[in-house]
Amino acid sequence: MEKKNKIYLLIYAFIILILPIFLSNNYYLMVLNVAALNIIVVIGLNLLTGYAGQISLGHAAFFGLGAYLSAIFTAAFHFPVWPTMMIAMFITGIVAYVIAIPTLKLEGHYLVMATLGFNVIVYIIMIQLDSVTGGPSGFAGIPRLQIGGFIFNSDRRIYYLFWAVSFGVLLLSLNLIRSRVGRALAALSHNEIAAKCSGIDTETYKINIFVISAVLTSLAGSLYAHYITFISPGTFSIFYSIQVVTMVLVGGMGSLWGSIFGAVLLTLLPEFLHSVKEYNVLIYGLVLMVIMVFFPQGLFPGILEVFGQRKKGER
Amino acid sequence: MMQETVLKNNQTILEGRGITLRFGGVEALNDLSFSVASHKIVSIIGPNGAGKTTLLNAITGVYSPDYGAIFFRGRSISGLKPFQIAVLGIHRTFQQTQLFSTMTVLENVMVGIHPKTKSGFLGGMLHLPKERKEEKKIREKAEAFLDFFDLLPKADWMAGHLSIAEQRRLEISRALAGDPEILLLDEPAAGLNIRETEAMGDLIVKLMGKGQTIILVEHNMHLVMGISDWLIVLHHGSKIGEGRPEEMQKDRRVVEAYLGT
Repeated sequence: MEKKNKIYLLIYAFIILILPIFLSNNYYLMVLNVAALNIIVVIGLNLLTGYAGQISLGHAAFFGLGAYLSAIFTAAFHFPVWPTMMIAMFITGIVAYVIAIPTLKLEGHYLVMATLGFNVIVYIIMIQLDSVTGGPSGFAGIPRLQIGGFIFNSDRRIYYLFWAVSFGVLLLSLNLIRSRVGRALAALSHNEIAAKCSGIDTETYKINIFVISAVLTSLAGSLYAHYITFISPGTFSIFYSIQVVTMVLVGGMGSLWGSIFGAVLLTLLPEFLHSVKEYNVLIYGLVLMVIMVFFPQGLFPGILEVFGQRKKGER
Repeated sequence: MMQETVLKNNQTILEGRGITLRFGGVEALNDLSFSVASHKIVSIIGPNGAGKTTLLNAITGVYSPDYGAIFFRGRSISGLKPFQIAVLGIHRTFQQTQLFSTMTVLENVMVGIHPKTKSGFLGGMLHLPKERKEEKKIREKAEAFLDFFDLLPKADWMAGHLSIAEQRRLEISRALAGDPEILLLDEPAAGLNIRETEAMGDLIVKLMGKGQTIILVEHNMHLVMGISDWLIVLHHGSKIGEGRPEEMQKDRRVVEAYLGT
């Protein structure tokens, strides 16, 4: 890995480790915990959208699949927490694979609509299958995470776990984009014909990265369920899909460090605007519009450019 | 598993039989048969609209022939996907250079090496030792190719910032980095001045020394006559002549096709 990234990773780890010392209020920790989960989702989505150039407006469905699969199997059937999480990721991966095959052959608008449609279908299933999912009133009593006898029952404990996972996901993703596969993904999003004629199996790569981004999102969903111990369909609507896409755009397509910036900023923002919570959706729409008009490459890359840190057009 | 035997000089490496390709009602290629011997420079020529680039697209799997078949080393490749044909060993450049313009010059060539390497998602994410070794080899090979093509000093430039002539060389370098057996060049001299065109001609001849079979589509007759071992002449999607450059220059049908347009 490049020296630059190694240094940034060390700084990232350092900040993660010392930040809680300065935060006494559990509320701040809780917001940061949600931010960490969003980072995991946004990095996965950025690999799909920013790197492989495929749009998804349905990732809330994978978040929800992870959450509900973990919730149902651990609470109702008393399965062990961590193996269930792996199984949920596996099942979500299969679902993602099955829908990827027909939808990734679609172009542009049709692909977006297909992912949107998928999100809606899963959302409706969550509401209608109420004997299993608890319906609109939600699903409670989800067991907490634990390792051995150590139970993650405080915001502080969860903080270290979630941010450690975010570090791991970031590391794996940074490795991936600097590898042969990462180059192939970048190539296919730039110029698909040239990529194909260079020997890249673009169809398979698109499907694989779609599945990987879905699996990462499912992981975040499971962690969410075991943290909040209560889930309801409202969390997994299209709005969450739009939120995470906005985070990708704010951070800059293809920029993993930007994804962290985007996820943290847009997780914190609604909390600062707590008084105007009803306007959450409106504000998100405004943010999205402003970014697209003034910072089409992303707010994070735009800021870096202002500080002369970045050559134009660089990923 | 296809034959690994090295083809001796002059054996047929690529063959087309009765290729017909239609777009809507228009017949772009009409019952086209041809053969290309290995280790030769073969040029496909013909007036505008003759079907030259269409033929290249059919060979590389971008289009699938409606009738007829294409054989590479005796094995049928018509109907295969473009990436499969590239993996088998046929690489190409495009009429308008199709570089990955916001990737670096070096990265473009590294992508060219893709079909000859193996590391996948797991190896990439975990940065396994096998993957690290392969990455090092890819980088070194790419740098060697850039050196051969006089592009090494600009290895970290964004590909889109090179001059036209440099972009052409980069695209050829990318196509070559994957060690293809056949290199298809689609109008490599287009947009180049006289000096650059001569350099391109010298480069193509130099590539022959590396054991390539090269198929060229070109309008620049001076270049074509200067370096080709064999010509295939197309007109209105059909083959109207095939032979050595000196023969084709005197062939009545060929001369008429060019004068008649």
